[in-house]
Amino acid sequence: MQQSVLTALLGSAIGYLVGHWLGNLIASGYPVVQSSGYNNVAIVLGLCFGVVGWMVGIGTMNYPLAKLVGREPVPESPTEGWTRFFKMTLDHKVVGMQYIVGVLMFFFTGGLFAMAIRTELLSPTTHYWGPDTYLQLVSEHGTIMMMMATSLVVGPFGNFLVPLMIGSRKMAFPRVEAASFWIFMSGFLVILAALPLGGFNTGWTGYAPLQTEAKQGMDCYLVGFAVIGTGMILNGFNQIVTIVNYRAPGMRWTRLPIFVWSMLATSFLLTLATPVFFGAVYFGALDRTVQTAFFVDAHGGSSFLWENLFWFFGHPEVYIMALPGFGIVAEMLPVFTRKPLFAYKVGAAGMFGVALLSFFVWQHHLFQSGINPDMRPLFMLTTELISIPTGFIYLVGMGTLWKARIRYTVPMLFCLALYFNFLIGGVTGVYLSDVPVNVTVHGSFFVMAHFHYTIMGGLVFAFFGGVYYWMPKMTGHMLNDRLGKIHFWFMFVFFNFTFFPLFIVGLLGMPRRVFEYAPRLAHLNDFSSISSFVLGASFLIFVANFVWSIWIDPKPAPQNPWDSKGLEWQVPTPIPYDNFKRIPIVLADPYHYGEPDALPVADLGGELGLASVGAAGPSAAAGAGTSRTGAGDGQSRIVGGGPDE
Amino acid sequence: MPKAARLALALGIFVVAVALAVIGAMAYLRSNPPNVDYAAGHQSGQPVHLTIQTVGQIGFGAHPSWVSYLALAPDGRWVHSTLWQLPAHTLVDVTVYEYDTGGPLRNQVFGSVSGVIGDDYVLNGKPVRLLDSNSGNGVAHTFSVPALGINVPLWGVPSSAKNICAHAPCSFSSVHNVITFSFRTPGPGQYHWQCLIPCGAGFLDGNGGPMQSIGYMGGFLKVVDA
Amino acid sequence: MTSEETADRIERRREGLSHWKWLTGVWLILTAIIEPVIYFLIWPHLPPGNMTSSARGAQFDMMVLTMIAAPVMVAVLAYFAYALIVFRHPKGRPLVDGPPLRGNLRVQTAWITITSAIVMGAFVFGTYELIVPAGAGGAEGPSPIWTPASHTELPVQVIGQQWIWTYRYPTFGGFETTQLMLPNNTEIAFHVTSLDVIHSFWAYQLGVKADANPGVDDVAFTQTNQLGRITVRCSELCGIWHGAMYGYGEVVSPSAFETWAKAMERRLAPATRLLPPFAWTYTPSANGAGGGYYPQTDPYYDKTLYDQGRSGPEGNLPALRVEKSQRVG
Repeated sequence: MQQSVLTALLGSAIGYLVGHWLGNLIASGYPVVQSSGYNNVAIVLGLCFGVVGWMVGIGTMNYPLAKLVGREPVPESPTEGWTRFFKMTLDHKVVGMQYIVGVLMFFFTGGLFAMAIRTELLSPTTHYWGPDTYLQLVSEHGTIMMMMATSLVVGPFGNFLVPLMIGSRKMAFPRVEAASFWIFMSGFLVILAALPLGGFNTGWTGYAPLQTEAKQGMDCYLVGFAVIGTGMILNGFNQIVTIVNYRAPGMRWTRLPIFVWSMLATSFLLTLATPVFFGAVYFGALDRTVQTAFFVDAHGGSSFLWENLFWFFGHPEVYIMALPGFGIVAEMLPVFTRKPLFAYKVGAAGMFGVALLSFFVWQHHLFQSGINPDMRPLFMLTTELISIPTGFIYLVGMGTLWKARIRYTVPMLFCLALYFNFLIGGVTGVYLSDVPVNVTVHGSFFVMAHFHYTIMGGLVFAFFGGVYYWMPKMTGHMLNDRLGKIHFWFMFVFFNFTFFPLFIVGLLGMPRRVFEYAPRLAHLNDFSSISSFVLGASFLIFVANFVWSIWIDPKPAPQNPWDSKGLEWQVPTPIPYDNFKRIPIVLADPYHYGEPDALPVADLGGELGLASVGAAGPSAAAGAGTSRTGAGDGQSRIVGGGPDE
Repeated sequence: MPKAARLALALGIFVVAVALAVIGAMAYLRSNPPNVDYAAGHQSGQPVHLTIQTVGQIGFGAHPSWVSYLALAPDGRWVHSTLWQLPAHTLVDVTVYEYDTGGPLRNQVFGSVSGVIGDDYVLNGKPVRLLDSNSGNGVAHTFSVPALGINVPLWGVPSSAKNICAHAPCSFSSVHNVITFSFRTPGPGQYHWQCLIPCGAGFLDGNGGPMQSIGYMGGFLKVVDA
Repeated sequence: MTSEETADRIERRREGLSHWKWLTGVWLILTAIIEPVIYFLIWPHLPPGNMTSSARGAQFDMMVLTMIAAPVMVAVLAYFAYALIVFRHPKGRPLVDGPPLRGNLRVQTAWITITSAIVMGAFVFGTYELIVPAGAGGAEGPSPIWTPASHTELPVQVIGQQWIWTYRYPTFGGFETTQLMLPNNTEIAFHVTSLDVIHSFWAYQLGVKADANPGVDDVAFTQTNQLGRITVRCSELCGIWHGAMYGYGEVVSPSAFETWAKAMERRLAPATRLLPPFAWTYTPSANGAGGGYYPQTDPYYDKTLYDQGRSGPEGNLPALRVEKSQRVG
């Protein structure tokens, strides 16, 4: 039987049962297990073994295991047809598209939980859910969304685009790439498994010691974040190695697309911040399974330890969710303004400035916790300093718009929405960083609205912009323009209607994660709730657009529909397995709009039926390089056989 | 088939699939314990008799080792639920049969009685205002309604007793304490009640498990207009 | 450079200048409208009111930040609105590239300078407003370094537990109650601690917030200067009844407070005797009724903790006023 998602499910079921049996064997006699009726050892082991079973079942272990036992491993052959999306594959483009579907599964599931939360908050005192169920929903929503957001762009676009943009045939470690995706998806199963296990009631922050006394769903949170964290580390370091080592000749650092810069900065955050959290969830699992006391004050631990470890990861993670959005936006702006990117170097430096500073701000989450109170001015300073490099994205954007030729395409609308939303999110962030004001707004709905404005208003809008922008290259079909615009306007308007009132609600004294609130806040909450339902429904328009454009009324997209100069648009659609017949020689950065003397972005070599892309050869340097060549004859699929690099 | 119809079909299938998943999940997540209704058929002006028991081990269901409250429904059955529907502005006479062993409170302040009519409650026939949970049997549970200021500590049974009830509902043959008190319900609304002593054995601080589950050690007084 | 090129440059420069003039004009007018509105109309209604020194401080800071943020937001939004209208590509026309502007040293330098200046200004202002009003009502941990000058604060201990707030008044014999009463025109020192998980004491109208951590004495200062009702909510997720962990309190006149506190001290004296001696933190009995998460044979652990619970560190306790008459019997 060929390995696919079905064998992976089988593997995970077997693994879970084995782990659960082992856990019962070890711990069913523990006094706490007998009196509480909860065997956390069995659950944790079951989940861990289940994930291993999943990874074996999908086939990520075949190659290393064969090597381990000294056999000659069978190399994975490139797979064909639609089933390849349900299998392990070494094609970075397929992994990218798998990631898109994967993150959308996270996103839509989390979105349903969000609407469930808003349902409860329709009334200040009448309860649709029980209070324990409500907290499960809040926690599942937060955790799923955070898990998704860490990979929302680095996963799909990072894997799909980075090799194409830097002129490589593949990611540095294709098997690691596949493993990072499949372990990410196993995290989805793990975190959803929390529901039948009674859920967890700590929110996505998982503060101990509440964590230690929580129900068994908490084990899913701990194992789930460890699993997702593994995927983040694998993906992050794969990106770094690829970007540093697999750039085509001529792809100097000064020619690197700004999106690749954002991926590089994000990947450093992924690889450096996540291990800290990995340690924290390990401590948490030990506290819950074998009664260590890392986080229990009365036994020599400290509740501050979790807060510190969590936010030491959690704050860089916040920028893991911001930088890719900036990258997408800055990548698309030159295309739709027909201008070079303004202040390219400042933009790239800003991303690294944000990445570096983000390791020095975590205690602003603990301003009112009583830890290191005398350090608050310092963390206020670092937090406010980070708004300087973050502001560079506005410098880049506003400079690029200056005297531009702006085309209001769907991706461009999403770009501009990011600037609007992130402005509100960023300015409210300054309120939060100011310690005296933080006294009032900390832990309230104000915070909640703030980070939804930055993460959803920023990253998620950028993600959908990216989907509309790169879909023609991924699938060969344009998404419908009119449906796209309807989707955009519904999403933009109702996103703001949903979250803007929550700033006011927070300022008026409503803490986060409560199921009861003051009756005077009912109108604002109702407005937000009803808007959130429309916001949720707006994604149906996206699904409709997708179904319509890909299956019902498919129209082949031109090779370069937006007239972009980016290297990824110079390859034929569908993209050959090896991307480039010959490794391109990069001649210029992809932003030379309005520069008639500039060289084309790369020399792709003109032979072997790839003539349409050969227009960019040095001899054609005089041309503007924006020729609309159509799909050309590059449709034939070229599998393997390319010269070795 | 026209294209629009095909789109409608595809979307319809998508929506139906999502809706089925959502409805299934909702049915699971909304599976609350039943309401015990003391308000239906209540004669205004008459007091409501609320009879409840606390047990050390419920003995059945998903969590047989957990502590729990049970309520005697008007039809004479013991119901495993903590959602009690009461008429508004009515005197409620409460009788608690307490079958669990006790221990020290985490905060001794909850050893005092408050919010009940007459400032005292009756423990096995004797009026009590304050319990020292560090001595004797200790306190097993409390019945506390913060919004109404009610706090009633329930004295534990001796842990050395041979006939401690281990399966609900418990009968008088098991060792138990009888506690009676009265309070007056306010206007309509949902008032949560909880236990303020850590009784979730095997959980950190005793505050997990049953303490954080509706139907065991916390619930709502659903006060409605009769 | 040919004369034609020079003329072209001058023309482009003139065009650019006219854009700038428009933008600056729009920005100035909007700012001139918005700033007085914030100062006169919005400031008095900003949360959390002006019931205490810290609430008033937070309100003032919020006003200042809004006055800083408003022109910035107006500038950015006005720029975007202007650019999106003026610089749009006319429909149906062939695609033309825009001018190849890859950067402008003066614009970039100005941007970085201005944003840095705003940020540093906000930092200096925020630090001043934090340190001078004794921590601005925020949590200052067990040994606060920014304290009220008078050193005559009334200590009020706030104890968070799942899922109710209680308050101990050490200067009145250490009685404990679920009511929060405060005297007006008085410096208050809240000592916030927890008996189980992390809570956060948020007295909204007082402009006070401090996390309640187990085993930690977290101090926050404020000064009351208005009579009125207080809402207390828990603002850190603490379990199933987190959303219902709220209560009310009141700021009353000093004499009314004195009367209330003495009455409570007398009335609650029997209950107070059962409480652990007043301390900054408490370690409750690990046994409880069920409890027993950690084995009782834990060598780290003192057996008395399991039986009785224990007070935490007792350094620098306020003098407990003990009246003999209450101790009899």
